[in-house]
Amino acid sequence: MSSTPPAQYRYLASHEWHDLQGATVTIGITQIAAEELTDITYVGLPKIGAAVRANQRFGDIESVKATSDLYSGVTGTVTEVNAELAKNPGLVNSDPYKAGWMIKVKVDNPAEVQNLLSLDDYLKKTGHG
Amino acid sequence: MDNGQLTVDVTKREPAAPEGASSPEIDPIDTFVRRHIGPDADDVRAMLEVLGVDSLDDLVDQTVPKSIRLKKPLKIGEPRGEYELLGELRTIASKNKIFRSFIGMGYYGTITPPVIQRNILENPGWYTQYTPYQAEIAQGRLEALLNFQTMVSDLTGLPLANASLLDEATAAAEAMTMCWHIAGAETSNDPRKVTFFVADDCHPQTIAVVRTRAKSQGIEVVVGDAKTADFSSGNFFGVLVQYPSTDGRIVDYGDMIEKAHANGAIVVYATDLLALTLIKPPGEFGADIAVGSAQRFGVPMGFGGPHAAFMAMTMDHARKMPGRIVGVSKDAQGNPAYRLAIQTREQHIKREKATSNICTAQVLLAVMAGMYAVYHGPRGLVRIANSVHEKARLIRKELAEMRYCVPENNFFDTIYVSLNGEGSITGKARDLIILAQKQGVNLRQLSETEVTISVDEATDESDLDSLLLLFAGFANSSEIAPGTHASLEESSLVARQSSFLTHPVFNRYHSETEMLRYMRTLESRDLSLTHSMIPLGSCTMKLNGTSEMFPVTWPEFGQLHPFAPGDQTRGYQRLFKDLEKWLANITGFAAVSLQPNAGSQGEYAGLLAIRAYHESRGQAHRNVCLIPVSAHGTNPSSAVVAGMKVAPVMCDANGSIEISDLKLKAEEHKDDLAAIMLTYPSTHGVFEEDVKEICKIVHSHGGQVYMDGANMNAQVGLTSPGVIGADVCHLNLHKTFCIPHGGGGPGMGPIGVARHLVQFLPGHPLSAQHAELNSVGPVSAAPYGSPSILVIPWVYIALMGGPGLKRATEVAILNANYMAARLEKHFPILFKGKNGRVAHEFVMDVRQFEQSANVKAEDIAKRLMDYGFHAPTMSWPVVGTLMIEPTESESKAELDRFCDALIAIREEIRAIEEGKADRSDNVLKNAPHPAGVVVADHWTHPYGREQAAYPAAWLRQHKFWPAVGRIDNPYGDRNLVCSCPPMQMEPRS
Repeated sequence: MSSTPPAQYRYLASHEWHDLQGATVTIGITQIAAEELTDITYVGLPKIGAAVRANQRFGDIESVKATSDLYSGVTGTVTEVNAELAKNPGLVNSDPYKAGWMIKVKVDNPAEVQNLLSLDDYLKKTGHG
Repeated sequence: MDNGQLTVDVTKREPAAPEGASSPEIDPIDTFVRRHIGPDADDVRAMLEVLGVDSLDDLVDQTVPKSIRLKKPLKIGEPRGEYELLGELRTIASKNKIFRSFIGMGYYGTITPPVIQRNILENPGWYTQYTPYQAEIAQGRLEALLNFQTMVSDLTGLPLANASLLDEATAAAEAMTMCWHIAGAETSNDPRKVTFFVADDCHPQTIAVVRTRAKSQGIEVVVGDAKTADFSSGNFFGVLVQYPSTDGRIVDYGDMIEKAHANGAIVVYATDLLALTLIKPPGEFGADIAVGSAQRFGVPMGFGGPHAAFMAMTMDHARKMPGRIVGVSKDAQGNPAYRLAIQTREQHIKREKATSNICTAQVLLAVMAGMYAVYHGPRGLVRIANSVHEKARLIRKELAEMRYCVPENNFFDTIYVSLNGEGSITGKARDLIILAQKQGVNLRQLSETEVTISVDEATDESDLDSLLLLFAGFANSSEIAPGTHASLEESSLVARQSSFLTHPVFNRYHSETEMLRYMRTLESRDLSLTHSMIPLGSCTMKLNGTSEMFPVTWPEFGQLHPFAPGDQTRGYQRLFKDLEKWLANITGFAAVSLQPNAGSQGEYAGLLAIRAYHESRGQAHRNVCLIPVSAHGTNPSSAVVAGMKVAPVMCDANGSIEISDLKLKAEEHKDDLAAIMLTYPSTHGVFEEDVKEICKIVHSHGGQVYMDGANMNAQVGLTSPGVIGADVCHLNLHKTFCIPHGGGGPGMGPIGVARHLVQFLPGHPLSAQHAELNSVGPVSAAPYGSPSILVIPWVYIALMGGPGLKRATEVAILNANYMAARLEKHFPILFKGKNGRVAHEFVMDVRQFEQSANVKAEDIAKRLMDYGFHAPTMSWPVVGTLMIEPTESESKAELDRFCDALIAIREEIRAIEEGKADRSDNVLKNAPHPAGVVVADHWTHPYGREQAAYPAAWLRQHKFWPAVGRIDNPYGDRNLVCSCPPMQMEPRS
């Protein structure tokens, strides 16, 4: 049932995807993670202007089953957060790669994104390869 | 047998009968063991036959490892009769002296409306339910809790309230840690925020409990005058004030709040609900959090508890709120329905990431307090508050006329008296207190020359007379200091302007008839032990005997203030001594502390004892706690709250600790190992053979062994934590020792400890009996937690005696093994000991049905409701399975009925597997079926209404109807509503 995660994105083993456009990275979680969590009820996101660091927590996500931390693969400053998720957190379930995006980060070093996992490596690392 | 044989005149008994010999005719008739234990001798024989075992002893030998069996029987005494024992308890109770209490400090006299006392507090339909996880059959209690939350939210002026906490002091400690975590989350780059400010006029027990918690979490506490406090250092993450203060003053903290907020500190008010009906509420000042106790809303003082504490807050950090929150969602038919909201915040899911270890609420007491507000309504509450305030004003006026120094004019119910004022009566507070006690009056001594007088709803004219007589007498024998006597100023309360409790539920049921019917309506929506067995694994829903419950509402136990002097509480002291002795014997330990108010508090207190022990040996660095991955989530969260680091230990496929991994972890942490927390029998319902070795490995690496007493009911009389090799153990008195679950509290979690830890049991600064315990502070507001419910285990243990307690354990094991034997032909039973036996509970696998029939554990749980049963524990300890614990109190007939229901459901699943029923539109997926669905004109399902609602013959005799259809949990968590919904949403109208 899962649609394959986009090949051009970069990933963390903790299931966050990263889409680099210019100097801005958009971060969300994969459908694999969303399905494991089941119905997502809340997404806790940082404020615009907050600093995020590579491999550190930037927020949290709750489903009826579990709560998890959200991690960033990059270092930079939050320029946008998906305000829609406050009203409709289910977007992460229904459209994880587009409408379910979480934050946009202006990265200090765009090359950093290339250090993250490729789609293949992500799938292998998480046992879905 | 003819009638003549039954009438025995004991006075004509032959004196020659040798001692100990008895004839059947004169044996006591009111024996209790056979009432508490469900199966009779014939049942036991039949069940043993099914198991292919000759005797109960043989079954126990096959189940409990020989190496840990008790060598000596329990030293509790012989079983006793109910009538006779209650007689003795009356004598003990009479040693408690009910004085007129003016002590205050968060505990006040109150009048429990009789209609609430009889129909809630004394009603098994309200006290025997489980926590409302199965919301469809708990709608009554959930509505009552929503009333409580709405009441707290309205009165405090803060939008979100939880469904109660253990007591005011622990609520304050919870608020502190919540502030700490909020500060951490938002200012992770600001490591300065390590300090919590506590106003020095908070209740002393609150300050003490906050200090205990702060120490374990590494928080610095500064106690001082909140009005003049300077937060500009930026070190403070939070501030706690008492409103009104412990000595009665009502202070306007508006400026302080601004200062605190400007410096990034969160403001917590500890407050009084009755006062808030008259004075401006914390939320309107800009406070962020309010805590307090709802005791004076109709819940007796009970020498300290149980009571419902509360917490309310702004919506900003809703998901950081500790404890349970009831919320509104909708059911499968779209009707509004209540259930516990945002459950994933809770410790059992977050484990070591949890910010609180709180599990239990005080549901029964919260329901009572909420009902008190329903009964009186906003106008009634204001009338009570006004009357209290008027009585206080009258006393102050009279005292002023007697030339006492009563300088404070901004108060609600507590008058401050200085015996050191210019131109006023002078003397020693101690002398006044002693004189008062001689006249049957308790005052509070604040210092050598200050006292306070707190009046309450129950203070009547004769109380006022005795009080004034006392002060007049003291004045006559005292000097008047030179100077000018200050004149009396008028009260200048900042009156509350905002309305509250405007919801119809608080304005509708003020006649007793209406009130009675409202409570009965709610009761009828809840499934309790009065309907059928509640086979919850790990939760031990055994009988809560009527004789055990009787004394709870005796005034001698109910009307004592927790800080009443020792010579007025001799009855309680005797009860505590017995209970401590018995529980020490049962656990095989040297001493027991009755202070912890819940299992989670017991874990916390036990781990604090372990930390203090290591500290006393110069090994304060030992802070790693090993926790098996199969442990209940409360274990790791308690370890974190006690300031420890959690290191998980692997378990094998049987849920038992992997010895090789334990050795590895113990070795790895040998320099900083503090403890292991283990549950026995294991959370998977197995008596592990290796448990002694586990204890040895931990001890040899410098750690202590903490035993989670959740499964103590499988040990009593057969083995004990002490024999196994543990150093500390908590007891869930609400599981093993018959305190009812109350629909989600009260509970009690005393701890037993080995000799070397006795001095590290929780102390209490306001209790003479705790004077020698000073290394660990208090973990509860009251020295003995919730004393009025300690009478329940006292009666239970005394009635059962050593032999009865052992028999109960044996039959609990028998019942579980019998059910497992009947069910294993239909469902795989997952974990067994080496002889193929389960302990007192067992895990039944249903995961296979997800593939074969699209059926999950939840579907089976909901379908059981249609059969009139509460589901077993779901998805714990293994996701997707059911854990069944029958307890000893259920008869063979009831066990069979439950097995029959599960087997019938298995056949319903088979019909899906075989294509005879639809995979998505079937009796399981659509369960439960409320009456409204079954009788609706429109019926579209491929199965009949009969099969939906009456799948078993016994339902024709008695049918319990679920109040709503299956509840949509995600909907409620996405649309958080945690106070009474507007009336048009309610099905009634």
